[in-house]
Amino acid sequence: MSDATTPSAAARAPMVLADRVSKSFGSNEVLKSISLEVKHGEVMCLVGPSGSGKSTFLRCINHLEVVNSGRLMVDGDLIGYRETGGRLYELAPKDAARQRRDIGMVFQRFNLFPHMTALENVMEAPLRVKKMAKARVEQDARALLARVGLADRADYYPAHLSGGQQQRVAIARALAMEPKLMLFDEPTSALDPELVGEVLDVMKGLAKEGMTMIVVTHEMGFAREVADSLVFMDGGVVVESGDPDEVLSNPQHRRTQAFLSKVL
Amino acid sequence: MSTENNSRPAAGATPPAGGATESEPIKAIRLRHPWRIVFAVVLVIGFVLFIVDAAGREAYKWDFVAKYVFDRRISEAALNTLQLTVYSMVIAIILGVILAVMRLTPNPVVNSLAWFYLWVFRGTPVYVQLVFWGLLSIIYSSIDIGIPFMEPWFSFETNAALSTFTLAIIGLALNEAAYMAEIVRAGLLSVDKGQDEAATALGMTWFQTMWRVILPQSMRVIIPPTGNEVISMLKTTSLVTAVPYSFDLYTRSRDISAETFTPIPLLIVASIWYLFFTSILMVGQHFLEKRFARGVGAREDRKIDTMSGTLTGAVPLGSGQPTVVRPPGDGPPPTEPGGPR
Ligand SMILES: Nc1ncnc2c1ncn2[C@@H]1O[C@H](COP(=O)(O)OP(=O)(O)OP(=O)(O)O)[C@@H](O)[C@H]1O
Ligand SMILES: [Mg+2]
Repeated sequence: MSDATTPSAAARAPMVLADRVSKSFGSNEVLKSISLEVKHGEVMCLVGPSGSGKSTFLRCINHLEVVNSGRLMVDGDLIGYRETGGRLYELAPKDAARQRRDIGMVFQRFNLFPHMTALENVMEAPLRVKKMAKARVEQDARALLARVGLADRADYYPAHLSGGQQQRVAIARALAMEPKLMLFDEPTSALDPELVGEVLDVMKGLAKEGMTMIVVTHEMGFAREVADSLVFMDGGVVVESGDPDEVLSNPQHRRTQAFLSKVL
Repeated sequence: MSTENNSRPAAGATPPAGGATESEPIKAIRLRHPWRIVFAVVLVIGFVLFIVDAAGREAYKWDFVAKYVFDRRISEAALNTLQLTVYSMVIAIILGVILAVMRLTPNPVVNSLAWFYLWVFRGTPVYVQLVFWGLLSIIYSSIDIGIPFMEPWFSFETNAALSTFTLAIIGLALNEAAYMAEIVRAGLLSVDKGQDEAATALGMTWFQTMWRVILPQSMRVIIPPTGNEVISMLKTTSLVTAVPYSFDLYTRSRDISAETFTPIPLLIVASIWYLFFTSILMVGQHFLEKRFARGVGAREDRKIDTMSGTLTGAVPLGSGQPTVVRPPGDGPPPTEPGGPR
């Protein structure tokens, strides 16, 4: 094959590849053989009822949870393990941390560091993890805050920001590590309705710039407008997936129909 | 007729437009608390009498107090007490953090080891522990460092290597570490789990997460009880005579009074020094608490959000004091916009 001459096989590998991923908490099987693929630059929306395992799946992708079976690959790299000679070796914490750097995560409850200002929140990881020069980091962080529309809030502590502003800082914080993949776990669910738009706008901007994103959301309007694909999960399995417009307007599966009739 | 209604007789008031919607300020006769006043007067009188009596009372020997409070031997002893406190607290805090982390690890062996430590050191009196440390050289006459069952790399006489001062610090620190461990553990547990997750997701290591994210936030919970522990430690140093170490403030003033036969003024001298140190420590604690309250609640030195209409208020008639209405949400309470009056 011409693998040796092409730039690399990884460049053509999907950004995220889940191959029969299963995860249990004790006897509670939360993910049951999930297989899916997210291409470079693709925006995938993940929807499903509460407890269907959406958060758990996202957390597995950046190794906050350890999968019990199956493989998770991000940009061609096996997550959490090193494969040598047909055997899997658990990664040292340091190496697992290195993998996480390239995967940004945004949480439902923002999880900003409350003892740091917005600017310090954004600067923290590039400073400590990448050990970049402070002047450079600050410049980048201010640019990122400007990008999410919060240039004038740089010196505010999270407690002094609205929910929507906090979530935008959280997005800027994740972007500061220049991730190749962004995971959003219900980023607007904790927000007052009038603040949802400002966060979705930032995410739309990201999608337009070609960021690969997996978004767990109940915002079907966003899914329809921005997502390239939509996956419906229920009870730890992928029930249905495909083009968002198609799945939303013409769901095939009874469980999808039942769920959508409730949220739409 | 309607204009008549609007101009109400509130003193010095200029009737605002639409003043009909404003209500009268309440002018009620204030409820009196006669017993409160009586009680306060009795207390003050009692206190003043006590002071006047004490100032003239022979047994206090105030001239002795004045003479000894800045005596070289006393101030040296005060410095020793301060050193005992600081060194043993620093060690206790470091050890306490380690023990707290050990208690929180999933490793059952490490976990039980920390538990056992706490059980022993909290379960026996510190006085007894100090006596034990004083007897260390009898139990272990020499200390060997090296691989077990092999020729040691270093070996030294316990008596020569460890002064009573060092032993006192070890004794106080190891006992205190057990209490600090519980304080630190409560602090670490008080931090939201999402913080750990967010830091980990950013690629921070366990240590970075602990040091930069979890510990600073737990400080708010850790500092107030730790301040109490420092003050308590300052006073506990008076027990080091059990080691026996005799150059601390209390033991030294007892020794002096044994020569001069004036125990009471020397106890007062020691108390003055203890009070002096605790007062300084309390000021220090206050500033530490302020420092670690960053980002929690309001800070006066931070600008408040004026754009979202933090200050929305009606000016009540005549009072000249703006009513400040807090906006919904958990913004900072607004500062007084009127400035100093
Ligand atoms: N750390 C854990 N330990 C035990 N069980 C867990 C843990 N985390 C999640 N679960 C269980 O896994 C199941 C799926 O949880 P998950 O949070 O992934 O659901 P979800 O689809 O994100 O739901 P929601 O929409 O409510 O966020 C739930 O039944 C939950 O109780
Ligand atoms: Mg969830």
